[in-house]
Amino acid sequence: MLKIKNLHASVEGNEILRGLNLEVKPGEVHAIMGPNGSGKSTLASVLAGNEDYEVTEGAVDFEGKDLLDLGTEDRAREGLFLAFQYPVEIPGVSNINFLRAALNEIRKYHGEEPYSASEFLKRVKEKSALVELDGKLANRSVNEGFSGGEKKRNEIFQMAMLEPKLAILDETDSGLDIDALKVVAQGVNAMRSPNRSFVVITHYQRLLDYIVPDVVHVLYKGRIVKSGPKELALELEAKGYDWIKEEVTA
Amino acid sequence: MEVVNATDQKKEAFLGALDAAFQQPLASAKGALLNASRETLRTQPAPTTRTEAWKYTRTTRIINQAWSHAVPTVDADAFAVNDLDAWRLVFVNGVFQAEQSTWPEAEGLTVKPLRVALEAGEVEGFGEKSNTPDEWFENLNMAYASDGVFIHLGKNKQIEKPIYILHITAGEQSAAFNRHFFHVAQGAQLNVIQHSVADADAEGFYSVVTEGAVDANASLHIDKVQNEAGKVFQHAVEWVHQDRDSKFDIRTVTLRGHWVRNNLNIAVNGENCSTRLYGTYMPIEKEHLDNHTMVDHRVPHCESDEVYKGIVNDKATGVFNGKVFVRQDAQKTNAFQQNANIILTDDAQMYSKPELEIYADDVKCSHGSTTGQFDEEAVFYLRARGLSEQSARELLVYAFVSEIIEAIGNDALRNYCLEGLTKRSRG
Repeated sequence: MLKIKNLHASVEGNEILRGLNLEVKPGEVHAIMGPNGSGKSTLASVLAGNEDYEVTEGAVDFEGKDLLDLGTEDRAREGLFLAFQYPVEIPGVSNINFLRAALNEIRKYHGEEPYSASEFLKRVKEKSALVELDGKLANRSVNEGFSGGEKKRNEIFQMAMLEPKLAILDETDSGLDIDALKVVAQGVNAMRSPNRSFVVITHYQRLLDYIVPDVVHVLYKGRIVKSGPKELALELEAKGYDWIKEEVTA
Repeated sequence: MEVVNATDQKKEAFLGALDAAFQQPLASAKGALLNASRETLRTQPAPTTRTEAWKYTRTTRIINQAWSHAVPTVDADAFAVNDLDAWRLVFVNGVFQAEQSTWPEAEGLTVKPLRVALEAGEVEGFGEKSNTPDEWFENLNMAYASDGVFIHLGKNKQIEKPIYILHITAGEQSAAFNRHFFHVAQGAQLNVIQHSVADADAEGFYSVVTEGAVDANASLHIDKVQNEAGKVFQHAVEWVHQDRDSKFDIRTVTLRGHWVRNNLNIAVNGENCSTRLYGTYMPIEKEHLDNHTMVDHRVPHCESDEVYKGIVNDKATGVFNGKVFVRQDAQKTNAFQQNANIILTDDAQMYSKPELEIYADDVKCSHGSTTGQFDEEAVFYLRARGLSEQSARELLVYAFVSEIIEAIGNDALRNYCLEGLTKRSRG
């Protein structure tokens, strides 16, 4: 599904990712943890194609395609989805209208007919129920005036609508209370399938009680320095990151 | 008078060319007005960027040219708003095109060329609603205006369809002057669309002044859509006087224009009036779009609401200047003004200046002016959902100015403006 090899990326001349390797197979859920500033969100941004970040070395293969060669929208059309850490508020752009436009552009890219209004609305109804998103929110301007929890649920709602092959969740759990977290996790779990993979970037182990990963990675100074089973997350929660830092510098 | 310097020489050459091109101005029917305006043009200097009201808008490119006047044959249907159900009055380079026009005839309402109405002595108060003596360009219009539309709506009358005035600038180096006069009598209701367009290869100067009198309890609504291709200098002035309990709404949508200066002037003379000014502009390339507005609250218990939104791209320039006077007697005035802009490039310029002068103490007035950049994070967000960059930008541009355009009541006109907006956001 996703193969990252020796990825180096900088922002404004500062190298953040320094030789990152990662392979995600179909159906797997990978968690990426790490201390602040280790490059977790940079990884998410680089994969999604944010042009503020410059890739200086390395390769990313996504389903046999050179991901770094694709524009942001083509990555989305190929089935990559990023749930943003800070979803943007876009006054005047309706959630529903923009999603319909996005879905239809994706369908067009794959040579498919656009959804009819009724098919689309049926899908909206079904998917918004999945994340318990109030129907009124679906019709409002994108994220405008949404609470933190509503914004994150809206991200998962959009993911459910777009049905990506690979979803990257960038600190989707940050700032959520447990009830909201459960709803988000439930949405993600409902979408788990043998053909769909997840990269879950998080600061807290708590999320991984609800979205159980196959592999946990520790990102530190722009590289994955340790990988292990889900228990690694518990160990990190209990012991912090200092022992990892020591291991790396040793 | 002896010509003393190069500036005066250019002005004399400019006026001399217009004298030759426009020998039968409308105001011939009102000799005193014509002479006064000619006198002002000669004795007063033309405004320059040293004149406060023209600080950001150069007039030299108009004045340094010797304009002529010709009226080519133009098919109005090629320019008109599609599927618009309206009475249509067509002008080409300021000259009325009767064979391409239709107008209503019924008791209690008059719609006809202003020249015909003036000659028949039907126009009361012509020239009195406008022409502040120091407005050089208004005098220019008075001195050379060749025709326009006269509308008189009798007491409690209403026209079932809007009056659609289409002006087409065509050909090269042609100046054109129109003057309209609308009188909406007590309790009557008038809906006007003023649409100005130009051929892609047109070069011209178009000056248009509209005088409006809205009597007690009457209502005047104007949708003004400017969409001129080619290289046209347009100066458009509205002077509207409102009597008590009246409503005046104007929406100015500038879809395109090489050089546009709009001056809206509203004198609120009677109590309990409502005045609404909405506008949007989206200049690209080196276009220069300037909106000056003035609302003069002279009496108590009135409200005005003004919202202008602009998107300035490439090397274009936008100007907004909104004056609101609240005179000492105008207690309980409720005046709101907002100007919001997005600058898309480093070379684009926007000059925004709200000017509130408040002399009454029991009023509610607010104004706001914001100028910012396009939200690139929002573009990225939308692209990350699969929208192309072009679609994302279109969606955001649309979202920003849509409140101005979506509120156009007439479906055909709204669609026309939305289409123009889409073309613009594609850059």
